[in-house]
Amino acid sequence: MKKYILDLKVRETVAVGRQFVLLRLTADDQLPEMVPGQFVEVRIDETPSVLLRRPISIHYYDKAANELGLLVQLVGNGTRWMATLEPGDTVNIVLPLGNGFTLPADTSVRPLLIGGGVGVAPLLYLGQKLKEMGITPTFLLGSRTENELMRIAEYEKVGPVYITTENGAVGEQGYVTQHSVLTREQFDQVYTCGPKPMMVAVARWAKAAGVACEVSLENKMACGVGACLCCVEDTKQGHVCVCSEGPVFSIDKLSWQI
Amino acid sequence: MADLRTSIGKLQLANPVMTASGTFGYGTEFADFVDLERLGGVIVKGTTLHHREGNPYPRMAETPAGMLNAVGLQNKGVDYFCEHIYPTIKDYKTNMIVNVSGSAIEDYVATAERINALDAIPAIELNISCPNVKQGGMAFGVTAKGAEEVVRAVRQVYDKTLIVKLSPNVTDITEIARAAEAAGADSVSLINTLLGMAIDAERRRPLLSTVTGGMSGPAVKPIALRMVWQVAKAVQIPVVGLGGISNATDAIEFLLAGASAIEVGTANFMDPAITGKIVDGINEYLDRHGFSSVRDIIGALEV
Repeated sequence: MKKYILDLKVRETVAVGRQFVLLRLTADDQLPEMVPGQFVEVRIDETPSVLLRRPISIHYYDKAANELGLLVQLVGNGTRWMATLEPGDTVNIVLPLGNGFTLPADTSVRPLLIGGGVGVAPLLYLGQKLKEMGITPTFLLGSRTENELMRIAEYEKVGPVYITTENGAVGEQGYVTQHSVLTREQFDQVYTCGPKPMMVAVARWAKAAGVACEVSLENKMACGVGACLCCVEDTKQGHVCVCSEGPVFSIDKLSWQI
Repeated sequence: MADLRTSIGKLQLANPVMTASGTFGYGTEFADFVDLERLGGVIVKGTTLHHREGNPYPRMAETPAGMLNAVGLQNKGVDYFCEHIYPTIKDYKTNMIVNVSGSAIEDYVATAERINALDAIPAIELNISCPNVKQGGMAFGVTAKGAEEVVRAVRQVYDKTLIVKLSPNVTDITEIARAAEAAGADSVSLINTLLGMAIDAERRRPLLSTVTGGMSGPAVKPIALRMVWQVAKAVQIPVVGLGGISNATDAIEFLLAGASAIEVGTANFMDPAITGKIVDGINEYLDRHGFSSVRDIIGALEV
């Protein structure tokens, strides 16, 4: 897919809890096609000490509204700058980057989308695409406490949502891999994004259950286009770039101990 | 429109702007953003005799106005380059230059010999300065004797333009530059990355798998500029300047300090289209100051 460097316009910056913002972005021209699982790289302005673009997954792309949504966790100076953007501001973005999730070939597939923390972000766009295809996705979303659960109502518009919190405030208490839906229902495709220990646990469960599983990785990256070889992951084919060969990988390709 | 042509020995460049090895892949990764044929040259990823997996992740840490990398020369080896990559880049009408790395003189020689046979590669950049692998070339680049030995050996088998990339991690870079010149180098390029380190205090661990890595980005520019200035005065051969160049003004500063051409590295990550903008910006500067040729500003610093 052709990649673009675009100055996008901020429609709105919406606080989502205390640790996240939703950036609603648009452009005068129609935004380019982008597929679920791909990401963008946002240039951080007005903070000269922050050099590198910040890779952010595509939370949704509403073609009719010509709107790109980015759900951003406020981690450091770069992401905090994003939270200060106001309607009408422009933000320089390279997109679309990476490969994206593999969409099922037929509509009888029962997919389970497992997200943790800010890793839930790309699963909304994936769920929306699956729904468009006539597939109902099931979401299993995990977080530490109720404070990191984000935009649950949006996920509920797309499919059933199950939740775990480590403190038990919402949904079942524990980790996503302990949720009862995993034993109650049958799934034949898992897509997951979240902290690496969570994804490893999900991959281990999926492998043991004989369910196909794709993971979306977020290794630290610089160029975003497969040139600098900084963001590599260990795979059965050696070190490969997460930014260009991923960020989505089938667990069969990775050298994870699962 | 000023005349932007420059040269590195017998190598003619349409303009002084090239890309630094390891930051621009094989050029094709950036083809959506930059017309590669508008560049003076593309210096492709460091190539070694044999396949190298490079260092374990994590390999990169951002630092204020800079970054550290510890990639460790990951590449598929010179045979793979010749068979699979060369055919995809050979028809671009720009100087496609291969950065050649090694850990033993025989490896450098064998790699350079293979590249010498490729018609569409008019030059190599001999990397005697990678800080990220044991014997990663930096062993050769930190002594005048080591530099002279490897350059002399490669010169025996390589007929085209031989650029030697120097390490800044030395006491006196002019001494190494003179050794490369004496051994037959057509040009020296500098600087490679500065050896640096970053620590995650919360976890009490290094941020790089290799603990130390090579620092690049705007933060290193003053050091690079100083070294280019010193080396340009110390040798007769043309100097290629790099280190933190992020815009046309930075590039012009290196030309004024004595560089005949420049390379853009880390800035490609900040703006993937930056190299084209730097070409335009140099032209605009020359017009604004009434210079008819970029050659008029090379070494034109008034002290």
